[in-house]
Amino acid sequence: MLEAMPHRAAIWNFLFGRLTFHSFPFLNADTEGRILLVTFFVVVIVGLAIFAAITKYRKWGYLWREWFTSVDHKKLGIMYMILGTVMLLRGFSDAIMMRAQQAYAFGPHMGYLPPEHYNQIFSAHGAIMIFFVGMAYIVGLMNYIMPLQIGSRDVAFPYLNNLSFWFTCGGALMFMTSLFLGDFSMAGWLGYPPVSELQQGPGVDYYIWGLQLSGVGTLLTGINFVVTILKMRAPGMTLMKMPVFTWTTLATSGLIIATFPVLTATLFLLGLDRYVGTHFFTNGFGGNLMMYINLIWVWGHPEVYILILPLFGVFSEIVPTFSGKPLFAYSSMVYATIAIMILSYLVWLHHFFTMGSGADVNSFFSLTTMMISIPTGVKIFNWLFTMYRGRVRYTVPMLWTMGFLFTFTIGGMTGVMLSVAPADFLLHNSLFLIAHFHNVIIGGVVFGVFAAVNFWFPKAFGFKLDEFWGKATFWFWLIGFWVAFGPLYILGLMGVTRRLSHFEDPSLQPYFIVAAFGAFLIALGILSFIIQIYVSIVRRKQYAVGGDPWDGRTLEWSTTSPPPDYNYAFIPMVRHRDAWATMKKLGFTRPRDGFNDIHMPKNTAMGIVVGALSFACAFGLVWYIWWLAAASLLGVVIASIVHSFNYHQHHHIPADEVRRFESGGPQAAAQGASA
Amino acid sequence: MNTTAIDTAPPAPADYYCLTESPPRNGTLLGFWIYLMSDCFIFASLFACYAVLGTAYAGGPTGAEVLDLPGLAVNTALLLVSSVTFGFAMLEMARGRKGAMLGWLAVAGLLAAAFVSLEIREFLGMIAEGAGPGRSAFLSSFFTLVATHGLHVTLGILWLVVLVVQSIRFGLTEDNVRRLRCLSMFWHFLDLVWVGVFSYVYLVGVVR
Repeated sequence: MLEAMPHRAAIWNFLFGRLTFHSFPFLNADTEGRILLVTFFVVVIVGLAIFAAITKYRKWGYLWREWFTSVDHKKLGIMYMILGTVMLLRGFSDAIMMRAQQAYAFGPHMGYLPPEHYNQIFSAHGAIMIFFVGMAYIVGLMNYIMPLQIGSRDVAFPYLNNLSFWFTCGGALMFMTSLFLGDFSMAGWLGYPPVSELQQGPGVDYYIWGLQLSGVGTLLTGINFVVTILKMRAPGMTLMKMPVFTWTTLATSGLIIATFPVLTATLFLLGLDRYVGTHFFTNGFGGNLMMYINLIWVWGHPEVYILILPLFGVFSEIVPTFSGKPLFAYSSMVYATIAIMILSYLVWLHHFFTMGSGADVNSFFSLTTMMISIPTGVKIFNWLFTMYRGRVRYTVPMLWTMGFLFTFTIGGMTGVMLSVAPADFLLHNSLFLIAHFHNVIIGGVVFGVFAAVNFWFPKAFGFKLDEFWGKATFWFWLIGFWVAFGPLYILGLMGVTRRLSHFEDPSLQPYFIVAAFGAFLIALGILSFIIQIYVSIVRRKQYAVGGDPWDGRTLEWSTTSPPPDYNYAFIPMVRHRDAWATMKKLGFTRPRDGFNDIHMPKNTAMGIVVGALSFACAFGLVWYIWWLAAASLLGVVIASIVHSFNYHQHHHIPADEVRRFESGGPQAAAQGASA
Repeated sequence: MNTTAIDTAPPAPADYYCLTESPPRNGTLLGFWIYLMSDCFIFASLFACYAVLGTAYAGGPTGAEVLDLPGLAVNTALLLVSSVTFGFAMLEMARGRKGAMLGWLAVAGLLAAAFVSLEIREFLGMIAEGAGPGRSAFLSSFFTLVATHGLHVTLGILWLVVLVVQSIRFGLTEDNVRRLRCLSMFWHFLDLVWVGVFSYVYLVGVVR
């Protein structure tokens, strides 16, 4: 239901909706206000510094032409990775605030965060980490690598790819805006009613519209990737010759297409309840809030597999490369991926066995949940058998893989414990659950992303990342993770529930202090990662590599590092699995002349324009500034129609230019064309 | 892994590259079809809500009291005939007869516009009787599902107008033909959803 407007002049209400001077929480003279004020100043100073630097070095034009309006899947991939890293810093700040509060707020000490602030922090932490860190990272990786692996020049719909990025960015911006303007949802990362229905103010609306924007972006990405894989593979690359990372991209995109519309519909219905006064999830007038819980988990459970499957693909590329042999049992890896994709759609109810749906329904979902561990186990054994009798090189990506195998397997086993419905009645909503899903998401997704970044960074930038700081990042994260979440497993078994900002029992405090120390170690891990990037950029000449620094096996290692805009001067012809490894074995040489004109998509500003208008529309909806919402929605429609009148969205890179790059440029010299 | 190929004499280098450029394969029709399938999941969620909440009258009017079956018959006829006429337009397009195609498209668009206006009239009538979307969960799920379909039809009409303009200005180019094919899929898809709406929401809604 709409909240009453503040008492002030009608014109003011029209122009600014429910936005007032009181909407700036950092102007409040309480602890929350002071924390936000400091954050606000840091953000403003850093933002101004970046803005000034870009202006001083006259880089706006470069950024606009080469990045913001780019439809190149490689540049969009890198932008997704940057977005994910920025949001990781935000999400991790939330995490360390929670750990500090819980280590400290015992008995008479209430901690430094009031409950309503604490609630916003855990809600933002979860939603940001899933939607803007996890999703941004996996979409970034898939964007960069998949088209290269299938020997393609770009994705099927390059303009849509740019638009998807700006939708995701708009969603992230909504979340960041809530920090300094209004408040954020206190209803947890999934916005459960009735809390999300009853909370007045803009918090839940920020959550809804932020996720709607990024959700649409993700859906378009999913469609784009499926069509790319089905239509644009290099000649000869049959489905069963595709690299496993491409397979997992296909499976993840399929899951995105089948689940993100459900998220869109569910949040739309929650929005109707809040804006129009319908009764989908209310307590009165026949509404049913368990309907929301079911629908959101129909999306939510496949979502965790959307996150993990591409990383399974990453490990399936890293392990064979550094073991120097083909992946063990390729077909079983593919079928395991497909089995996980299908089963992930049949387990959502295990998130609320306590709903009371009866022994038969609970048994069904209990069994399907246990069944998922079978294909996952197949994968683990495939990786182990790939390493068996291989010449394993313990590079940084391989270290992350070992850390993953150890950590993720334990996380998987605690998941099987939770899948037993009667046990879940005790463990539901406890810290045991929190420890479990961090165990699989950090141990699987985060470790996988770090492995992938270390593995493919040389491909994207032409130089390797520093080994020492890479190893430091790994050990801080691995040890930090176990120190932070080991105590949570124990506390959960003792019955401590999640989302508490204060405790009475002093005997619990040591565990929380240990957990906070673990979070501090993870902070050092993040710091080491930033240092790693910095040091590597400084020493980029020293760390420069050719096209194939790891003795890779798949096609992306056959082009230069970084690849040219068009990826491949000649589209590869695929005759084997591990195409590039076989080509090297047979001593192939690259054609030196006979270059052709290459047909490429043109850049477009429409993606960022539509993204900005959509952000304005969402902002207007959050603050009840109806003219802004209506005008920007109309703007989106008009921009789309104008865009459709542009029939010339491609240009040709002349053969001469291709020849110049392939035979002359600095990259071509560095790539080791001899291969 | 097929190792026999490795053991034989290595193929000539050119065998690993396509020496000529082939035109990029266009995936728009497949992509649009996949989009429609994802849209199907949005409707599936709304149908699921209606299935669960469709009898939650909360002391308010029931389906038998508010749903207008004669109006539904007219509406359904309009939309189905609109689909048929869109099909005629596609046949004319395949024959390359632009004028006839535009004529049939106009008929299809007008029928759909009539459908939307009848639907809006029905909605306004129900709201005036006090059976608006806020009255009960049944009415919330009814209005949302039917209006989401209606919104799709409205966007379809807007798209149709744009494509008519583009066909007149630029002719039946490859791009325009592809776009019209996409709209055709959209049009028939909405028809299919409507079959679900009238049979499950209206007919079942009246008897249960």
